[in-house]
Amino acid sequence: MKGRWELIVGAVGGLGLLAGSALGLWWAPQERFMLETGRILYVHVPTAWLSMILFTAAFVGSIGWLVKRRWGFDFLSEASVEAGVVLGCLLSVQGSIWAHWTWNTWWAWDPRLTSVAVMVLSFLGILALRSFVDDPEKRATWSATATIVAWVNVPFVYLCVKWMRSLHQGQSSVANIDPDMGKVLLLNTVAVTLVAIYFVVTRWRIANAVHQREFAE
Amino acid sequence: MELILESRAVLAKELLHVWRARARLVATGTFALATLLLFSFAGGLNDAALRENSAGYLWIGILLASTLALGEGLRVETEHNAIEMLLLLPVSPAAIFYGKAIGNLLVLLLVGIVMLPFLTVLFDATPTEGVGPLLLCLFAGSAAISAPGTLHATLAARARSRDVLLPLLLFPLVIPCVVAAVQATHLVYAGDPMDQLGSWLGVLFAFCVVHWSVGGLLYSRVVED
Repeated sequence: MKGRWELIVGAVGGLGLLAGSALGLWWAPQERFMLETGRILYVHVPTAWLSMILFTAAFVGSIGWLVKRRWGFDFLSEASVEAGVVLGCLLSVQGSIWAHWTWNTWWAWDPRLTSVAVMVLSFLGILALRSFVDDPEKRATWSATATIVAWVNVPFVYLCVKWMRSLHQGQSSVANIDPDMGKVLLLNTVAVTLVAIYFVVTRWRIANAVHQREFAE
Repeated sequence: MELILESRAVLAKELLHVWRARARLVATGTFALATLLLFSFAGGLNDAALRENSAGYLWIGILLASTLALGEGLRVETEHNAIEMLLLLPVSPAAIFYGKAIGNLLVLLLVGIVMLPFLTVLFDATPTEGVGPLLLCLFAGSAAISAPGTLHATLAARARSRDVLLPLLLFPLVIPCVVAAVQATHLVYAGDPMDQLGSWLGVLFAFCVVHWSVGGLLYSRVVED
């Protein structure tokens, strides 16, 4: 347990997420048009932001590995892709549940939904690539290359709501919603960030342990 | 200038390789045509729906055929360690990438061109906007698939389960390109009263610029490791 600071970060994040979700459900004002279904905002928006931030962290880790050849960058990339894929899947599930009540369908071939699904699938492919390559250096280099190429999609996902006509409403942020809603959104964003840090650091440690074992064999 | 000359030499080698293995090219084209037939069975007897979706069938056919063309091309190189020999030559890895990617682009373009008459015969689809814009769509779409396809085929050829890995890596990545290619091709077939063809082709060319630049930059990392 010594030195496992991420456990505290994860616990604080988990508690913050519970508190933020409770406040979002019972304290924050109702959204004017979407009514109760609009409360998904407090988990959906932070999940979307964090999944894209994690994929960007994987991109940074990949460039770091290709330039510096330090294993820490590869571990960061691996951990961030895994955590990003988990959040990306959660994002799609949350969006699907919300779409069922708002659009009366579980899935619509809307640019935003489709591009998120494409983004998650791109990074799932990278996880598959990692599992199909035995040599650690080749695995790191090839997955870094594939991560950089897949990351090209992330800005497209972020901007597609602005560029294309979409069923999905415009991006919500603390700046363009009711101040009370903004406080809860901010709380949950910080909480999800802390939970994501916990995921990434824990996965980083696992990747490091696997690496030590591979080189010891 | 040196890069262009080197790429041209690699392209010549690729085209010679394609010519010598013509049977593989014929098999790829036949596979693409078979997918067109399968779509017509899946679509049922609704002629209007088949005609409406013909651009989508064309691009799914090209995409599926691309996995055969790309995978097989790199498999031969890795089986005989030819890629290692290629790296020993005084040619930059970027030139190898561009030579291979242009070779793959030409193969996909050829497959697409062969499919066009069958699209007209099977689905009664005629290009309202003319053959020129249709060929431009085919070129842009094939280019948007061939660059990331060459990069990922090189990765997959040297990994385990390469047949599974290539589509797994490539398909999600090129979905935006395929969507843009389908929309552009559909406008060529169905007519473009709102003048939208240019913007879809613009999206395709934007993806081409990104993938061809990133591929050229990263290829050395893939082949030299």
